[in-house]
Amino acid sequence: MINSSLKTLGQMLAKKEVSSVELTQAFLNRIDTFNPEINAYISLDHQKTLAQAQAADAMIAAGNAGPLTGIPIAQKDIFCASGWKTTCGSKMLANFVAPYDADVISRFDAAGAVNLGKTNMDEFAMGSSNETSYFGGVKNPWDFTRVPGGSSGGSAAAVSARLCAAASGTDTGGSIRQPASLCGLTGLKPTYGVVSRYGMIAFASSLDQAGPMAKSAEDCALMMNVMAGFDERDSTSLNREKEDYTRDLNKPLQGLRVGLPKEFFAEGLDAGVDQVIQAAIAEYKNLGAEIVEISLPNTGLSIPVYYVLAPAEASSNLSRYDGVRYGHRTAEYTDLMDMYCKSRAEGFGAEVKRRILIGTYVLSAGYYDAYYLKAQQIRRLIAQDFEEAFKHCDVIMGPAAPSTAFKAGEKVDDPVAMYLQDIYTISTNLAGLPGMSIPAGFSAGSDGKALPVGLQIIGNYFDEARMLNVAHQYQQVTDWHARMPEGLA
Amino acid sequence: MEWEVVIGLETHTQLQTKTKIFSGASTAFGAEPNTQACEVSIALPGVLPVLNKEAVNCAIKFGLAVNAEIAPRSVFARKNYFYPDLPKGYQISQYELPVVGKGAVTIQVPAAGKNPAYEKVINITRAHLEEDAGKSVHGAVEGMSGIDLNRAGTPLLEIVTEPDMRSAAEAVAYAKKLHELVQWIGICDGNMQEGSFRCDVNVSVRPKGSDKLGTRREIKNLNSFKFMQQAIEFETRWQIETLEDGGTIQQATVLFNPDTGETRAMRSKEEANDYRYFPDPDLLPLEVTEADKARVKAEMPELPEAMKARFESEYGLTGYDAATLTASRDVADYFVAAVKAGADAKPAANWVMGAVSAKLNAEEKAITESPLSAAQLASLLKRIADNTISNNAAKQVFEAMWAGEGEADAIIEAKGLKQVSDTGAIEAIIDEVLAANAAMVEEFKAGKEKAFNALVGQAMKASKGKANPAQVNEMLKKKLGA
Repeated sequence: MINSSLKTLGQMLAKKEVSSVELTQAFLNRIDTFNPEINAYISLDHQKTLAQAQAADAMIAAGNAGPLTGIPIAQKDIFCASGWKTTCGSKMLANFVAPYDADVISRFDAAGAVNLGKTNMDEFAMGSSNETSYFGGVKNPWDFTRVPGGSSGGSAAAVSARLCAAASGTDTGGSIRQPASLCGLTGLKPTYGVVSRYGMIAFASSLDQAGPMAKSAEDCALMMNVMAGFDERDSTSLNREKEDYTRDLNKPLQGLRVGLPKEFFAEGLDAGVDQVIQAAIAEYKNLGAEIVEISLPNTGLSIPVYYVLAPAEASSNLSRYDGVRYGHRTAEYTDLMDMYCKSRAEGFGAEVKRRILIGTYVLSAGYYDAYYLKAQQIRRLIAQDFEEAFKHCDVIMGPAAPSTAFKAGEKVDDPVAMYLQDIYTISTNLAGLPGMSIPAGFSAGSDGKALPVGLQIIGNYFDEARMLNVAHQYQQVTDWHARMPEGLA
Repeated sequence: MEWEVVIGLETHTQLQTKTKIFSGASTAFGAEPNTQACEVSIALPGVLPVLNKEAVNCAIKFGLAVNAEIAPRSVFARKNYFYPDLPKGYQISQYELPVVGKGAVTIQVPAAGKNPAYEKVINITRAHLEEDAGKSVHGAVEGMSGIDLNRAGTPLLEIVTEPDMRSAAEAVAYAKKLHELVQWIGICDGNMQEGSFRCDVNVSVRPKGSDKLGTRREIKNLNSFKFMQQAIEFETRWQIETLEDGGTIQQATVLFNPDTGETRAMRSKEEANDYRYFPDPDLLPLEVTEADKARVKAEMPELPEAMKARFESEYGLTGYDAATLTASRDVADYFVAAVKAGADAKPAANWVMGAVSAKLNAEEKAITESPLSAAQLASLLKRIADNTISNNAAKQVFEAMWAGEGEADAIIEAKGLKQVSDTGAIEAIIDEVLAANAAMVEEFKAGKEKAFNALVGQAMKASKGKANPAQVNEMLKKKLGA
């Protein structure tokens, strides 16, 4: 049951082969067993969760069930959920109980999904290993000595270890796709503006986008049907007609033009990862795809541009955490300035401080033009690269991350090495394009253990349904996505 | 040396919208602290701003009213600084690209001493939309400062002028004009006590004839015209004395103390914040189309300039009278209502600017609180026009109506003020007067013009003031063969 697809679980619930309470309890039992080790969840509230499961059973009994009714979903702790502690992985919000629901949470609630708990994450979504969380790192279910990736590391580990049926994540520079790659699951970052950011704690507003993390493309499509949609409370939310993301899953791939950007297969890519990606591309050829070589010439600039723009926005977004109205306030202070300084010094971790400092610097008078404005100009060039590329192909493929999961502690003191984890994912955030990572195989780590490798699929704006189709067809002929880490039965 | 003062104003007008500029919380004044602070107002994690279209309409109205360029695309930026009453740690404000660009208003500077009244054009540099901050409340809780976020997010239009004013009188005339204009077009309630209309005044001095601007000091948050006048006068004297004593002016922000009548520096610009402005990624650029402008224009009342021109052409009023009546929309409305109720325009203008204004001033009342309605004034003026009462008698009737003694006709009747216009009755009086004053008649015939006036006086006296003076004149002339 824990390995079942969302579709299968939905059918079982509908046929009353299992109740939502039983299903939820099964996952809670697994959480109680494995979470103390894996640390995928920050907050759990069995009572609240089971009450929701009961309500879902009532919905099913009343014949009001939708595809996700009664299914236990984990929510990244970046989403405000009424009555739930919502920490964003930070000491600053360690005791913050949200008094309102994020749009994403409201949509899952309305669909009758069950909130299993709030998943661990890098502090304020800043990190690629989940090691910046105030609540401790998360272990990669495939190898407990390794990181799950980040910032949605808790959600990734929870899906991978079957501590939930599916999870929500958010992606500012790769925070859905890189952990999906490192933990062997399917994750989708939609086009910017497709999922509302209301109630999703902001890191970098122009880049942040929520999306599903699940076992398969089909599961992601069902999750998207719930998560996506216009929200008038988010001015950047796009008012588009509601779409069914499952509609194209079964289309054949004959004639699909797959673009391979040469910059994604250059120096810095792990040889084992490269091998897996090449094999996946070969599989797509078998499925009828046509391979086109393309170029995204400004790929190399995406990391420097991102590390100007994202910290600039973050430095401003995180100003509200001042100890005045909620969140951490230092115990003793002499005056207002002292209260600000101590509260923020104590409440934020090192990576968050680093980015606030970078962001403050690049926005300062005299530096703004050289950094922020220049970065915005290059951001447009990066988007133009994709625009040009999509004239020659339907989807772009490449690795989601340059390597498989690395050891905990390995890159924690080398921010630049950590930042390079997102080299293949960041440019899509800068362009606002949708991107996915799907399991494509395994590569042996330094100590010989097989570790998952993710294939990235980048689509044109609003092409999520086609990307899900491309992923689903691959998952019909491979079983990488169905594999589960050993020792977690 | 002769000095010249140079003044520019920045005015924060609170826009009359029901809800805040970026959330649905109410903007009503005077509620219990933090009862009008929704999750957006208190900047909870995850909340986002959504622009209130009504605030945009207000900005467009203002732009149209001052003939300004209205930007087809303007941008909201974040102004970053820490302060307890600023919940997000930044204020959303328009910075590089404001919604309203260059425009102008014409002010009437009143006569002072031997200097006559004059008009002057003051150029508007820009006007931009922004949100207000909350308020720090000191002393409500012993030893602590409280924060009230009811006001946080209230929409403001900040209106900035060029440094075009050359005296405190001009600055006050501009402020009054602007104050009236924003109320006229219905975008601001103009309540200065509640902070709906707050002026910051930039003052500098320079040798007369110089075209270089001196270093300015900014007087913050003036909330009355009287204080503005006092503050500018004090600041100007202080700057001139400082320079004449060989000192220099440092750019600074100053506060006016109404108790001492003095201005005092609160912080120098060297300590100024670096606000790290950048476009707010949570908001799309604001786009205003020609259709938007046309729609807003259709909702707008006739503007004071247009109304002034119409009063001149339609009613034959002088430019001065038309300007005076259109200095306030309430006064203009009152005047128009009186004319609509049947009063002749010229006398109506005279009475509104004269007797009515004097009474209101004496009683410190606004024209909307006048005990005499425009229709009542019209009924009185009709009785003058149809010769029922004389101008003198009308003044008595006006006083009685003001005191609430009743309607014009009833008062005229009760007080017996009806003018005698009956030719026969007047002729009888004149015959009596001529018979009784033969000497005067002789004097007149001998060429003494004054004697005629004396005879008119006698006739009026004999009628107890009720005879129609024009008729008396005419008939007397006829009888005397003059």
